[in-house]
Parts: sequence; C-alpha cells; structure tokens
Amino acid sequence: MDPFYPLQLLSDWLTYSVLGLAPTSQLGMSVDFFLFDVPKVLILLAVVIFFVAIIRSFFPPEKTRKVLSHTRLFGGNIAAALLGIVTPFCSCSAVPLFIGFVESGVPLGVTFSFLVASPMINEVAIILLWGLFGWKITLLYIVSGLFIAITSGIIIGKLGLESWVEEYVYQIRVGDAGELAEQTWPEKFAYARGYVAEIVGKVWPYVVVGIGLGAVMHGYIPNDFLVQYAGPNNPFAVPLAVLVGVPLYSNAAGVIPLVSVLVEKGMAMGTVLAFMMAVVGLSLPEAIILRKVLKPKLIAVYFGINAVGIVAIGYLFNLVLR
Amino acid sequence: MEIKVLGSGCAKCNQLEEATKQAVARAGIDAQIEKVTDVVQIMGYGVMTTPALVVDGRVRVAGRVPSVEDIAALLTRE
Repeated sequence: MDPFYPLQLLSDWLTYSVLGLAPTSQLGMSVDFFLFDVPKVLILLAVVIFFVAIIRSFFPPEKTRKVLSHTRLFGGNIAAALLGIVTPFCSCSAVPLFIGFVESGVPLGVTFSFLVASPMINEVAIILLWGLFGWKITLLYIVSGLFIAITSGIIIGKLGLESWVEEYVYQIRVGDAGELAEQTWPEKFAYARGYVAEIVGKVWPYVVVGIGLGAVMHGYIPNDFLVQYAGPNNPFAVPLAVLVGVPLYSNAAGVIPLVSVLVEKGMAMGTVLAFMMAVVGLSLPEAIILRKVLKPKLIAVYFGINAVGIVAIGYLFNLVLR
Repeated sequence: MEIKVLGSGCAKCNQLEEATKQAVARAGIDAQIEKVTDVVQIMGYGVMTTPALVVDGRVRVAGRVPSVEDIAALLTRE
C-alpha cells in the first residue's frame, strides 16, 4: 500500500468537503494536488535526509581519500563515483577537498569522478525524484549519473591534463590531521537532526513555490500540451533543456516538482532526466570555486564532457523510454 | 590554550567561530581564538572539510559545527 494514501484522503477531504470544490474543476484539481504534494515531499525530505546524514557520518572525506589514494583508472573511477554519493561535502569545501585528494595521490581522473558524482547524485534530488516519479526513474537517474561520473573521470584521466591544474596545488604540503575521534551515536543523531533542520529550512520555500506552480499547471493546462514542443520528436529539446538547467542550480528543490508536471503534460522522459542532471550536476558556482585550483581550460573540459554526456543520456532515454 | 577556527568564509565557518567563543566563555577557559581563512594554511592541518577546529595544534573537529555544549566539553577535557 502507498504509505502516503492517508495524506491523499486528507487532501481530498480538505479540498472537496471543507473547501467544497468539485473534483472535476480546474481549481479543485490544482488545490488537491498542492495539498497532497507539499506535505508529502516535506515528510520525505525530513525522513530520508535524517538517515542519509547518519549513513554519511560513517564516510568522512578523510577516509574516502585514504581509500582512493593509489587507485588506478577504471576501478578507482568506479569507487570514486560510488563514494561521491555517500561522502558529505558542500561546495564551499570543494577546494580543500580537491587539493587533499590530489596531494594524497588520488589520480586526477579519479578525483573528477568524485567531483562529478557528488553533486549530481545528491539526496534532495533523489528524494524528490522518488516521491514524484517513482523508484524506476530514480534508479535510472542514479545509474546514469554514475555512468557519466565514471566515464568523464576516465576521459580526463586518459587525456593527462595534470598540467592544467594550477601549479601551486602541487606545492602545498598537506599536514596530517591525525586520527579524528569517531563520532558517538548521540553526536551522530545530533548531527542528523541539525542536517535535517538545515536542508529542510533552506529548501522548503522552493518546494512550496515549485509545487504551487506545478499545481496550477496540473489543473489548468491540458494533458499532452507539451508533446509537440518537448516530446520525443523534437531533436532540439534535450540540448535546450541542458542549457536552461545549468543556471537553475540552487533551485533543484523548486525545479523538480515543476518538472513532474511537465512530464504529465507531455515532456519526454529523457529530456526531463537531462534537464535535472544539468540543474543538479552542472553548477556555475562550483565552476567558479574550482577556478581557484583549475585552469580555465580544464574547467571547460570538465563542463564540456559532462554536458555532452548528459545530452547523450537524454537522447538515449528518449529512444528507449517511448 | 590556543584555538584556531579553519574555514574559507562559508556561513558554517562563522557559526563555528561564534559557537567556539560561547563555549570558551561558558567553560571559563583562558584561550585565544584565531580564524584561519587561507587555503594553503588550512591544508597544512590536513583538513579537507571546513569548518574545522584546531586546539593547541591538533585537529579536533572537521566538517561540522558541534553544539556549544559539545565544544565546551571538548575544551575542558584538554
């Protein structure tokens, strides 16, 4: 049984009995959609982020670095992409993380697999996808993200672009932090609670606005309206979706609820996946931060390979998911 | 006691500095608090996730902001 069924009953009751709206009216459909999706997504966010935080407390970056140092291409890239999912780091730590990896002997290509996977396969995106599209699409998203992270890291590794990293990075002497005390369980719970409050506190306005806009479209725009513009037969839809997605970085929480309605109105699934990957995985702020350690040429290569990979995934799924 | 707060200027780094000041006041410890924002210096401590707390040259916390109580307990244990 759908665990959110009681919530559906509640939103139906509020919309149709308390507010007295007709189930077939445009306003009724919009209000019902909004009243169901907002609490559902916020509950999912709070619960899943709590457990994600607990899991992550077992994978501090210092440990990840130790695992990845002296790995090789391929195997190292796969490990890096997988560890990218569970290792916590915010974009403000991208520079120390990059230096720490490179200095401890993690190959450049392996480091990039980590840097690509970490933001792309992020918990907020996964939860929203799961809540609004179901587990199949979520799994597809994770597998594609891993694939792009692994291949782009391997390509960058093969190209041998070490000289495109700022020289000073190789001169830094990284000290030894020693053994940090393992967090105790009360500390882990305190950390997880704080993490939930932080993330939910930051994204809830985007979720409400995103679902609000989605609700209006759900009620007022006819189904299949977008088929002619963004359906599988428009070859330009995928690259355009990626271009639009890049500047929307910080608003993933607002964008994904909106996109779930675009699908309902006829946008092709591959286009949707490409769009979301661009929103979450390709961010201008991160590129600007990484400029401190990477020469512009390398940033361009990093962005270029990712963008091409995301577009390719979009086309592939548009072909397969008809 | 010599306390250093490592961080390149993100919001959490300021939170940690603030929490550390309160913890020092609460525990009644005589300590100097210094903020380190230079990446090269931060890397010198082997820290990869900011903010981090260094007490008398040893890294005690990295990548999170503990509560004021936890920091105070940590400092009094020293």
